[in-house]
Parts: sequence; structure tokens; C-alpha cells
Amino acid sequence: MKRSLISQVRFTRGCPARRIKQGLGLALLLASSTACMAESSLDVKRQQELTYMLKHDCGSCHGMTLKGGLGPSLLPNTLSSKGHNIESLSLIIRYGKPGTAMPPWGPVLAEEDIRWIATQLLETN
Amino acid sequence: MNRRIFLKSTLASAALLSVQGCNSLASQPAKQEYWMPTGDLGIVIERADGKVALVNTSSREKLAEIEGLGDLSHASAVFSRNERFAYVFGRDGGLTKVDLITRSIDRRVVQSGNSIGGAISQDGKLVAVSNYTPGGVQVFDSETLAPVLDLPAVGKDGQASKTVGLVDAPGQRFVFSLFDSGEIWLVDFSAAEPKVTRYQDIGKQPYDALITPDGRYYIAGLFGEDGLALLDLWHPEKGVRRILPGYGRGQQRLPVYKMPHLEGWAIAGNKAFIPAVGRHEVLVVDTNTWTEIDRIKVHSQPVFVMSSPDGRQIWVNFAFPENKHLQVIDSDNHRHIQHLEPGEGVLHMEFTPRGEAVWVSVRNNNEVQVFDTQDFSKLATLSIDSPSGIFFTARAHRIGL
Repeated sequence: MKRSLISQVRFTRGCPARRIKQGLGLALLLASSTACMAESSLDVKRQQELTYMLKHDCGSCHGMTLKGGLGPSLLPNTLSSKGHNIESLSLIIRYGKPGTAMPPWGPVLAEEDIRWIATQLLETN
Repeated sequence: MNRRIFLKSTLASAALLSVQGCNSLASQPAKQEYWMPTGDLGIVIERADGKVALVNTSSREKLAEIEGLGDLSHASAVFSRNERFAYVFGRDGGLTKVDLITRSIDRRVVQSGNSIGGAISQDGKLVAVSNYTPGGVQVFDSETLAPVLDLPAVGKDGQASKTVGLVDAPGQRFVFSLFDSGEIWLVDFSAAEPKVTRYQDIGKQPYDALITPDGRYYIAGLFGEDGLALLDLWHPEKGVRRILPGYGRGQQRLPVYKMPHLEGWAIAGNKAFIPAVGRHEVLVVDTNTWTEIDRIKVHSQPVFVMSSPDGRQIWVNFAFPENKHLQVIDSDNHRHIQHLEPGEGVLHMEFTPRGEAVWVSVRNNNEVQVFDTQDFSKLATLSIDSPSGIFFTARAHRIGL
């Protein structure tokens, strides 16, 4: 029985992280301004953890600048030229790609984390 | 003037003698650091900033940082046989020749779009780099970094393949594997025209490889199936054979968040200690028969499985998200003898040349920690940014490293 994956996804509107950051210094605001580009309910700390993970752990195969390695390039242009969107990327991150070295990250990441990463990949870097 | 007088007065020192010769030949300026020997030096890759740290394994300190090496998110290094130069292979396809004595970049070429590692030839005159993009292997003159050979790795499937597991082998040869098409290629530089021997259908997706310290056996680990591919370089005509086929016994693999690495260190006496892919196990293989003799349960999925220089201890680190752990196994009875937690992001270990200490990269802490291999006490902590690979100059004289 194949579950509908998309229907499980809960969209979170607004950016609470943005509100949290208003009270913080300019340096932190600049440092994490990229992170808040994603509409997400993740707090700043989690966004920073995921940014670190994206760079270092995803980067161990896809390159620290995500331009590719053992795994393909994850630069926005490459992804959009392959027709990827948040849904398709979230599915790949969550379930991996059987037959390749891409593992399923579902066991270690929440759906919210996964969607945030997918959004980052399409918008920034 | 002063320097000349000083040198004449210290003729007893062999090191100074040789440096004097070097200086006069190259007419280098007289700087104190030119007299520094390199046998207890090493480099640590600072992966986030395109830098390497120059370290001394006797004084356990960072001596300098050398910048401008490009993207080092996945980097490795080999050394010239005079132990003066490190050749650093960066993710961005950069090949950088670093002078450990002047503490600067001697020269640098960006030889491809995306590289994974390299090797130096038996005679020290050639440096080979294996590439992901556009695939294949490029060979350079180790002195000048001038290109010598461009070898596209177009496999049986007609496609350019990513190349992995590139090592040097005796007889002025290089060996590497083709990830995409499942092949092992042997390139012989002993004659005027390099000769390539291709072994096809060696197994699915070789992800890395090692050569035994005696230079005889080349072993590629397979990602696409359970097993390893073995080439006996004393008898290359016999072809590649599969060892440990189906070691997973048909069980589902766990997700692999970091590819294991294979290096010549995995050999201890007549045993090889090999990371199992997607399992919390280290496989122990008899190197006489190349059959499995044991499997050791470990904390999580192993990445590096490294034997101490005397072969007595096996140190194991682990894949994300369990990469704060480090386990030590007795190579004799296969029992766990130590479990350390140096911090998040334990990426690499390197033993000092005779193994009294081991240096450990702890990425998230921005630290390299040095442990005593007898009592496991921490001997030193060095502040180094995002450290990953650690490479000591003693590698210069080891086959396959």
C-alpha cells in the first residue's frame, strides 16, 4: 500500500524565525539571513544546524559548495533544469534513490527539516 | 656571510649539509626555516576554508597555515619522496603542490572540474589525479605539474566514468576503479608508452580501493553489491576475482550517510580489517586465503578502519549521525579495548610514524586531538578550523599512500 506522500506534508506559513531574530544583533541577522529565506517554522538554531549539515554531510558526496562529487550537482540551475521542485526534492531526500548512493534521510530528519532543505536548494547556494 | 660561517662550523649535521647543497643550487635566500627537516611534519586539511595547517608531530603543534588551495571539502594528499612537498588533491579539481619548508604554495593547477584523490608514482616523478567530472585520470610531472597523460575513463558502457580508489603500485604503475561501469584499470608507466589494462565486470559501483602495504593486492570495495574485488598484481594475467561475496547475507542494508574509505592501513599482519557497507560491522579477512574469518560488531557504520603501524590496534570511526564516536579493537582477539567520544564530526585519524600517538580530526569542535595509543590519554588538543584529512610525511615512503 503506497501512502500519499504529499498529503502528509504540513505547510507552515509565515516565518517565526524572522520574528525571533528581530531582537538579535545585526551580525546574527546577516549570518542567518539566508536561512530565513525559507518560509518555515524551524527556529534559527535548527536552520543553522541544517545549513551546517547541508554543507558538510550532504557536501561529503555533493561537494561542500554543492556543485557535485560522487553525487550530482545540487546547484539551483542544475536542479531546475532537471525539472525539480520542492515536492520532488523532498521525496528524494526522504526516501533516497534506490540503486544509487543517495540514502533515505527520513530516519534522521523531520519532514519540516526536509522541506526546508529542499527550499534552500532551489533558492540559494 | 654569517650564514656561510655558521654552516661551515656545523658540518657534523647531515641535515644542514644537505640543505646547504640545496640552497646553493637553487640560490635560495638564507632563511632559518629552510634548514628545517620535514620527517616529523604533516598537514591537516582545513576543509571549510581552502587551507592546510602545517603541523609537527613531535612538538604536537601547528606551525603555520597555508591558504589558497580552493575547495577542500573532500581532499587528500601524497608526499614527494624527499618529504618536502605535499600534493593536495581538492574537490574543485585543484592539484596544489605545497612546500612544507617555505610554508607556501609552490605551484597549483586546476586540472579538472571535480576530483577525488590521487597518487604518486613509485619513482616519485609522476602524480596522478582521479576525477569525478569529467571522469578519468590525469597524470602530471611531479616537479612542474606539467600534464603528462590525460586518460578518459570511458567504460564498457561507453560512458565517461567517475574514477575512485587510485593508488600507486610497484613497477611504476597506477591502479584505479571506475565507479559507474564497474571496472579496474591498471596503467603501466614503465615503458615509453603507457599501457592500460582494463578489467571489466569486477562488480557494481566500486566506491574506493586500497593496495596492501607490500603492493601486491589491489582491493576495491563495492557499493552496488556486497563484496569486494581483488586484483593480484603479481599475477595480473589471472584477472580480478570477487571476495566476500554476499557478506550481507541477503539482509537489508542500513542507509549509508557516508561512504566508507579504504586505505592500506586496513592490513594488520595477515588480516585485513574492512568496513562493511551499510552495516555496523568490521569484516576480518585472512589475507592468505582472502576469506572471511570474523566480523566484529561496532558502534555504527564504520568509515575508516585503520591499523596502527605495528598492526596491534584497529581504530574505527563512524558515519553521520554517529560520528562523535571512536572505537579501538585489538587486532589479535578482535575485542573492543577502548571507546572514545572526542566530539561531533570525527572525520579522520592518522598515526605518528611509529604509532605512539594518533591524531584525530574533530570537525565540529574545530580541533585536532592527539591520543596516546597505550593508555588512550589525550596528549594535546590543537585548534584547527574544520579539520578533515590528516597526512604525515611518513606516507612518502609507503606504497599506496
